[in-house]
Amino acid sequence: MHDVLKRGRPVAPAGAATPPRPAGLRKRWLAAGVLAVLVALVAGVSLGPVSLPPGSVAIELLNLLPGVSLDSGLTEREIAIVTELRLPRAVLGLLVGGLLALAGGAYQGVFRNPLADPYLLGVAAGAGLAVTVVLTLGVGAGGALSGLPVTIPLAAFVGSLGAVAMTYLLGSAGGRSRSPATLILAGVAVSAFLSAGQTYLLQRNAESIQQVYSWLLGRLATAGWQDVRLVLPYFLLTSLIILLHRRELDVLSVGDDEAASLGLHPQRSRYLLIAAASLGTAAAVSASGLIGFVGIIVPHTVRMLAGASYRVILPLSLLFGGAFLALTDVVARTAAAPQEIPIGVVTALLGGPFFVVVLRSARRVLT
Amino acid sequence: MSDSSAAPAVDLRDLRISLDGTPILAGVDLTVATGEWVTVIGPNGAGKSTLLRAVGGLLPAPDAVRLFGTPLGELRRRERARVVATVAQSPVVPPGMAVLDYVLLGRNPYIPPLGRESAADLAVVHEVLDRLDLTGFHARELATLSGGERQRVFLARALAQGATLLLLDEPTSALDIGHQQEVLELVDQLRRTHGLTVLATMHDLSIAGEYADRMVLLADGRVVASGPPDEVLTEDLLARHYRAHVRVIPGPHGPLVLPTRPTLKSR
Repeated sequence: MHDVLKRGRPVAPAGAATPPRPAGLRKRWLAAGVLAVLVALVAGVSLGPVSLPPGSVAIELLNLLPGVSLDSGLTEREIAIVTELRLPRAVLGLLVGGLLALAGGAYQGVFRNPLADPYLLGVAAGAGLAVTVVLTLGVGAGGALSGLPVTIPLAAFVGSLGAVAMTYLLGSAGGRSRSPATLILAGVAVSAFLSAGQTYLLQRNAESIQQVYSWLLGRLATAGWQDVRLVLPYFLLTSLIILLHRRELDVLSVGDDEAASLGLHPQRSRYLLIAAASLGTAAAVSASGLIGFVGIIVPHTVRMLAGASYRVILPLSLLFGGAFLALTDVVARTAAAPQEIPIGVVTALLGGPFFVVVLRSARRVLT
Repeated sequence: MSDSSAAPAVDLRDLRISLDGTPILAGVDLTVATGEWVTVIGPNGAGKSTLLRAVGGLLPAPDAVRLFGTPLGELRRRERARVVATVAQSPVVPPGMAVLDYVLLGRNPYIPPLGRESAADLAVVHEVLDRLDLTGFHARELATLSGGERQRVFLARALAQGATLLLLDEPTSALDIGHQQEVLELVDQLRRTHGLTVLATMHDLSIAGEYADRMVLLADGRVVASGPPDEVLTEDLLARHYRAHVRVIPGPHGPLVLPTRPTLKSR
């Protein structure tokens, strides 16, 4: 009888069927993300100057799990290549890519700006300048870059927070008339300013140019387990904070006033998320140098494919961002083998055209 | 909390708000009884939206505003959001967001800060969608809806908050005359079925007068007239405070305000 009454509606809610669910991470997308990470891991370990059979590599990776002992058919030397050279590099790629994509997605939500990205906001430049200061002046680093002292991520964090604060203040200077593009313009100005400071420092300290540049161009090449150990705590902390607030980012998407009338404390959520995203960016930059565009490419691709809710975008950006960077690293070291192309160059080559796509689709939001 | 059954839904005493040093509200006294529909009118810049924002807790006025007997300053944000819901003048339409997800935002004050919605929250959302004939729209993107449909969705989010005080800032300014009536009829029905109290601002004086129990005329941040529509919508008051040339004629549900062209003297 109920059904009879409701027959006239546009889509009659069937009594027994499950009611429509809100946006959330669907199992198939989660599975796709995990699969992408695994594929990137195996590819990252198999491909290189010495190519190893992916099946054997997969078995060798399984052997790392406690209680598993299978015969992969690899020699001792090949096993060493897997576990000591390529695996830490692939894992670092996963962590850094995941962090950059997650930070990009979080910045886009916090600033309600589709173009927000760790690089365009000047955050990476801030981290870069701070690291350069530490390396050139030798503050606390003792000149030892290889050990990647804790000083570097901390300096990068301070630098990135300082930069995002500058960008935010400069971008708000226009008062109520400011548009999302204003923030990005501010970010570009802050980036240029900080990069100039970095260039000046390098010129005054010519002896550290080599050291700084090898870091700037991307350090995945020299990654070892110590880099992974250093980034991992920041990765966990950043991911935890941002993922726990993913629903709040959806609430923030209606603007501060409406979010406040829905019971949220918009500024509090915003500052916490900015701090977390900047911490993630700082950790990524201090481990691997300047790698741009991951924070734009990955969250936007996820948004287009899987949905616009931050409950979907953030966890998937973490997974696909990691997979994306680990695979990009494979391209970077095989495309012009035996030479390596700096990974930041590869992401920029991909990101430039992609940025145009984002700009076109975001035009409505920006004007 | 004081005796909420006797206390008015809204009680403003000497509400003063300045923005950037400019006084916007200069001592407003106003009460809205529970279940009443009060519409605030006034010329541009009179302070109507500011008044609504202050009642909604978006401007600091902790002692001057009481909701159901409780000073606004004593309510936590989430508590406040369960008491008062606002439909903004032009609500933000988040790109790509589906109707169901948008209405679910209204449950934010009930969802633990780092948690997720419960089955009960979803049940409320589905009930509201059903009530506003939006069930077939649940998966549609907000941005693809027509103005009238969108206004229903904005109302749905406010209703999902489960608040009994509804603040409507120019709820019909973006709608054609048919959709204006549809939305206001809907609000009036909900007021009766859900026991809501409505505080609205409106520009169209005739329509405002047809729906409001009581009207408040605001000018230069002060209440200059208050009472039933036929006491506030008078040619004298409107001429004085809007500087408008109008004829007011009695209509079936309230006075009808007709703008008339001022006589050209120097011809």
